Amino acid sequence: MTENEDNLLDVAPGQPHNNILSESLLYIVGLALALILTGVSFWVASTGVLWGPGVAVGLVVLAIAQIGIHLVFFLHITSGPDNTNNVLALAFGALIVFLVMIGTIWIMAHMNANVGMSPEMMNLQMQH
Amino acid sequence: MTTEAATIGLTHGRSEDTGLGHRGPESKSIVVPYGFWLFVLSDMVLFSALFASYGTLVTATDGGPTTHQLFHRDLVAVETIALLLSSFACGLAMITAKRANMLWTQVWLVATGALGAVFLGIELYEFSSMIAEGAGPQRSAFLSSFFTLVGCHGAHVTAGLLWLGTMMAQIWAKGFREDIVRRLLCFSIFWHALDIIWVGIFTIVYLIGTLS
Repeated sequence: MTENEDNLLDVAPGQPHNNILSESLLYIVGLALALILTGVSFWVASTGVLWGPGVAVGLVVLAIAQIGIHLVFFLHITSGPDNTNNVLALAFGALIVFLVMIGTIWIMAHMNANVGMSPEMMNLQMQH
Repeated sequence: MTTEAATIGLTHGRSEDTGLGHRGPESKSIVVPYGFWLFVLSDMVLFSALFASYGTLVTATDGGPTTHQLFHRDLVAVETIALLLSSFACGLAMITAKRANMLWTQVWLVATGALGAVFLGIELYEFSSMIAEGAGPQRSAFLSSFFTLVGCHGAHVTAGLLWLGTMMAQIWAKGFREDIVRRLLCFSIFWHALDIIWVGIFTIVYLIGTLS
């Protein structure tokens, strides 16, 4: 098998690269970015200078960014042709995750607000 | 064959591979971690259901303690850093394992395990002090869903630590055989995925739960 052909093979998620320096650097950059995003998340949650109602949305955005950092720098999910299968599986997983989470929270919030039960009744039901 | 496949857009790049599988399946070192990646994604789907039920039940406190009274950000910050550094050490262990360096692989795997144990210790401390305050899983629907979500992540970390110990022993006893390194790669995928789920937990449960 020639090297050219070798480059076109699929790679597994988390598979290391070939050069020890560039490999280690990848993890160090990933760690630094994740630490920065974590620090910003904790700062955003504690500071009073930001507009209150927007903070929760901002935290979710920061979390999604950090998940992206983990996927790229630790799990080595890239946009290269050797990664197509990994990316497609991830896309499908992300679709199901968002459908389940957003769908559930959306529907349950509407039921909570619209189903004709007094709030006390609803609370009793939710608690058992 | 190649020209025909190129006409209908089935080749990637300049390769002879038609994408039609005529070369046969990929090697085990690709197929096994890919299958494990699919399992990890299904685990994420499991956690999405737990996040959804937590998000629905977080206000159902039955007059009991709320998120503001129960959660301590300082502890969570230490937990988060410990798990992140553990994930980083696991990545370095993979780099050294690829070069079959026994000493450094074991050193980084010990670091991975120790930082994971710090995370787990803090979580168990948090759980036990909550239960001691009467805020156990049977107190309210909110606390049931909290212990299910965070406890399920903790159970995964526990299983990961057992797996890590097994891998250290296997590398020690059998060396960097192809199948052993494959298992280690699967472990690293699992461990990084647990850190990804923790990002969701510390943001949604702990930070958003304690906003003023």
